[in-house]
Amino acid sequence: MNPIPTNRLPRRQALKWMLAASATISMLDWRSFGAPAVPAKGYGLDANLLETYNPGDLWPLTLTEAQRRTATALCDVIIPADSKSPAASELHVVDFIDEWISAPYPEQQAHRGIILKGLDWMETESAKRFKKTFAELTGQEQHAICDAICFAPKAEPEFRTAANFFALFRNLTTGGFYTTPAGWKDIGYVGNVALQKFDGPPPEVLKHVGLM
Amino acid sequence: MPFIPSTKTQTKYDVIVVGSGAAGGQTAYVLAAAGVKVLMLEAGRRYDPVSETPMFSTNHHAPLRGSPTPDKPFGFFDATVGGGWRVPGEPYVTKRPGSDAWVEASATDVGARQNFMWWRPRMLGGRTNHWGRFSFRMGEYDFKPRSRDGLGIDWPFDYKDLAPYYDKVERLIGVFGSNEGLENTPNSSPGVLLPPPKPRAYELLAKKVCAKIGIPVIPSHVAILSQQQDHQHIPKMLHPDSPAMQKALADNMQTRLACMWATHCVRGCAIKANYQSTTVHIPPALATGNLDIITDAMVREVSVDDTGRATGVYYVDKKTRADFHVKARVVVLAASGCESARILLNSKSAHFANGLANSSGKVGRYLMDTVGSGLGGQIPALENAPVHNEDGAMTMHMYMPWWKYKEQAAGKMDFPRGYHIEFGGGRGMPEAGTFFGMEGFTGGSYGKKMKEDLRRYYGSFVYFAGRGEMIPNDDSYCEIDAEKNDAWGIPVLRFHWKWSEHEERQAAHMQKTFAEIIESMGGRVTSPPQLDGKQAILPGGFIIHEVGTTCMGSDPKNSVLNQFCQAWDVKNLFVTDGGPFVSNADKNPTLTIMANAWRATDHLLEEMRKGNI
Repeated sequence: MNPIPTNRLPRRQALKWMLAASATISMLDWRSFGAPAVPAKGYGLDANLLETYNPGDLWPLTLTEAQRRTATALCDVIIPADSKSPAASELHVVDFIDEWISAPYPEQQAHRGIILKGLDWMETESAKRFKKTFAELTGQEQHAICDAICFAPKAEPEFRTAANFFALFRNLTTGGFYTTPAGWKDIGYVGNVALQKFDGPPPEVLKHVGLM
Repeated sequence: MPFIPSTKTQTKYDVIVVGSGAAGGQTAYVLAAAGVKVLMLEAGRRYDPVSETPMFSTNHHAPLRGSPTPDKPFGFFDATVGGGWRVPGEPYVTKRPGSDAWVEASATDVGARQNFMWWRPRMLGGRTNHWGRFSFRMGEYDFKPRSRDGLGIDWPFDYKDLAPYYDKVERLIGVFGSNEGLENTPNSSPGVLLPPPKPRAYELLAKKVCAKIGIPVIPSHVAILSQQQDHQHIPKMLHPDSPAMQKALADNMQTRLACMWATHCVRGCAIKANYQSTTVHIPPALATGNLDIITDAMVREVSVDDTGRATGVYYVDKKTRADFHVKARVVVLAASGCESARILLNSKSAHFANGLANSSGKVGRYLMDTVGSGLGGQIPALENAPVHNEDGAMTMHMYMPWWKYKEQAAGKMDFPRGYHIEFGGGRGMPEAGTFFGMEGFTGGSYGKKMKEDLRRYYGSFVYFAGRGEMIPNDDSYCEIDAEKNDAWGIPVLRFHWKWSEHEERQAAHMQKTFAEIIESMGGRVTSPPQLDGKQAILPGGFIIHEVGTTCMGSDPKNSVLNQFCQAWDVKNLFVTDGGPFVSNADKNPTLTIMANAWRATDHLLEEMRKGNI
């Protein structure tokens, strides 16, 4: 079929970066020793496309209650509520992340160890610096930890591995959030509705882009 | 005559058609319309787009939010059933870079790590259920490449021979587009094309800047109904001698609705607004009462009699694993280029020790795909655009046809053949990966700042994909693997593949061009353009335009088929899929497969009428 070009670009970029990241020894460590592989099967080559699927329907989930608390808190640090949309936790983004790292596919399996080790690291760091769990930290304390790991290219060497985890976790959080109706609304995706005709961009868009 | 089990076949059919996609659908349609009794065999399961297409389903309720997986490489909602880059139990054999060992193509490890990739569904309608629907005519030059630049092979006929069939196919399936009169980019006859949809903002921006750098941006040609078809006139035009077919077609046309400008064609279409064999070719063919269809029927061999005539085919009924033989006056292979070649090579007999129709030794030879390479950009002018619906026909409304024919003719380019540019972008339905890796733009923001950043960047990305002509070469072909059989006991294919410098230089040129367009749009590339063609080019088979392997020609010594897709060696055997192609112009092959199949089938009918076959 000629794979159709869409706005997949950031994803392609991300995969490139993930590959680059995976070349580092520490990242390999996290992958290899993170967690045992998932024995479940995928949905196969003839899944029912009309059904509604929820995390846990197709393969067992992974996160413990403690890991869920850490992941939920981190999701909300990454996507807190604001005037336009709710926080990630309100949209159950952590369930999507759990589904993702529990999936029996190579990409997701590679992410599994990174996420589980990363969540451990978040707790270790919280305990070390503030003697509390990550979920119990104040917003300021959470930011103190996240600021050090939020951008891998500029992270200090000792935070590089954690920063790679954070980048992946942030990717997944956006994936879980912006694919929901509330996420659509937040960024202004207003499609997937039947139209009589396609009118093209309205005048205010043409003006904005400099086409009139 | 309808869908039947293997136990209910008639004693003898006029024609057996192997395959149900663009070629099989078109061939069976033309035969059934002419009153010929047809048996269609499809290796996959029965499939009904009307009841099975996930229209309007959202990623929110799909596994992994619809992300691609090895089970569904184009995402969960892709219509493909039973296959993809692998078909369980039906392996193919390739090489890995840096190794001479033949290995089974991997289920999960695809991409640049194997020399050739082969996409196969196992479903009624085949790849037409999910394809991109781009429907570009080959032009005059494209049929005579060797005459123009001394490379490759000329087709044994001219554009003008196929032009009437392009008109017929476009009228039948419904194609939107426009006539621009550009070089080697043929117009359709007046009234044939449906009106194209309006361009999106990023498409208009590309058009504006490309005008300055000399690249035409024109409405795309896509097999999607931008309005309902004229069911009162088209059936009469297409089938003047058959009131029954006029009625069958008119009835089906009235069940096809115009596009709703939502929900992606890759899923198929429950309202039949796009072309797929299962909604356009097969229903009216069935309505004539002249077509039987058996699904889950894996053809392994064409049978021949003592005189070397084809007598029918052997197939495995996948549900019962039983072997069946069905008979017909004529056999048409339309199983896709490589699969049809595989059937021929596996049809060995006393008469045909090297496989059927292979006295030239050319079966499997001249395997081609399309040159593919892509580059993305981020365009500040598109940031923070007012909220609006950009779904449209989902696929591109505009594209860039090849524009440097004159420079090539004058010897000013370092590669001989052209490419067109497909592009996408805009405010599509968010996928799980839509915002992966955004730290390259946001500097690693998170929290409220990231939410603002993503609102700003959403819709500001564009992606350009080149689709270029590959010249057939001696190092790219398929053959039977001496050791491996599939789960049905049928020997499998192995693939030899090599891009030449012609394709690699073209891929490098694509990268340079895309970077220039992106910069002209005021944007920045999201990764550096790859100017090493070997690195820029995608693996063979990746664009899923594999053609060649049963080449047509005017000399039985160096071709498998005559210009009507009739085997030189076996006159009641035809191949109507992409196999007969002797060049693979930068015009996506499906429309040409259909036009060529229609022309070949007209010839087949004429030969039957004359009693020659």
